Amino acid sequence: MTAELVLQIVLTVAAALVGVGVFGALSQQSIVMIMMGFELALNGVLLGGAAAWYFLAPQAPDAQMVVVVALVVMAVEMAMGFAATIAIYRARQVDMVDMATELQG
Amino acid sequence: MLTDLPAWAVAAVIALGGLSVAAGIAVFVVDSMARATFALLTSFLAVAGILVALQLPYLAFVTALMMTIEMALMAVFMIMFMMNPAGLMPMTMVHNARGSAVLGAGAFVLLTVGIWTMDWPTRNGAVPADSTRQLGEAIMGSHMLVMLVIGVALFATIIAGTVLATARGRYDRFGAELDAARPDDPVPGGLPR
Repeated sequence: MTAELVLQIVLTVAAALVGVGVFGALSQQSIVMIMMGFELALNGVLLGGAAAWYFLAPQAPDAQMVVVVALVVMAVEMAMGFAATIAIYRARQVDMVDMATELQG
Repeated sequence: MLTDLPAWAVAAVIALGGLSVAAGIAVFVVDSMARATFALLTSFLAVAGILVALQLPYLAFVTALMMTIEMALMAVFMIMFMMNPAGLMPMTMVHNARGSAVLGAGAFVLLTVGIWTMDWPTRNGAVPADSTRQLGEAIMGSHMLVMLVIGVALFATIIAGTVLATARGRYDRFGAELDAARPDDPVPGGLPR
C-alpha cells in the first residue's frame, strides 16, 4: 500500500470525526452534549496532526506540537464549558441551550 | 512510494479508524448520556491506538490518560445535569437536526474531496527513532513559545473556571467594598474574613 493512500485513509477518518462533531455541536440541545461534539471534532484535528507528522514531515516537530495544542484546547474547552454550565444552571436553572435565550434580540 | 508501516500497523490504523468513527456516531445515537460518554471515550482510545501505530507512543499515552479521566468527569456532570443519565427511556434532544446533518456531511464531503484530489508531497526525511525525544526537545527549545502560551492559557482557565463555578465568593459574603462586619451567609456561623 502506498504511503499516500494510507495518509488519505487516515485523513478521511479525521474528516469523518470532524463532520460528526460539527453535526453534534450544532444539533444537540444539552450543553454537555454540545461539548462532546466539540471534543469529537478536536479528536479529528488530533488525528490529522499525527498523520501529517508521520506521512509528510516526521523530521520536524511542528505537527506533534499541533497534537499537543489540540489536547490543550480540549482540556480548556471542557473546563470552561463545565464552569459555564454550572454558572448558568445556578443563575437560571438552565441546562439546555434553547432555554438560554436572554441575549436573543 | 510504499509506506514503511508494517502490514499489521496499516490494518490496525484502518480498523481503529473505523471504530473511532463508529463510536463517534454512536455518541449522538444512543439513548443514555452515560453510554454516549463511553462511546466518546472509545473513539478517543481508538485514535490513541492509531497514534501508537504511527509511532507516537507518548502522545497516544497522554491522549488515552487525559481522555479517560475527562470522560469519567464528564459522566459525573451528566448525572448532575441531565434528565436521562441512565437511558431508561428513549431520548432525543436535538434542534435543527436536518440543517446540522447537512452542515456536518458538507464539512466531511468538502474535506474528503480535498484529501482525495490533492497531490500530496512525498515524505521529507525518515521517522526519527524516538518521537518523544523530538517533541521534548522542541518543547524545551525551538517551540518553547508555544508551551509558554499554553501555560498561561491553562492558568487563565483555572482562574476563570473557579470564578464561574463559585456560587458565593467574598463579594457576596462581605459586600462590594468587602467592609461588612459579619458575612452574609445563609446559615450564620461561617468563618469570618
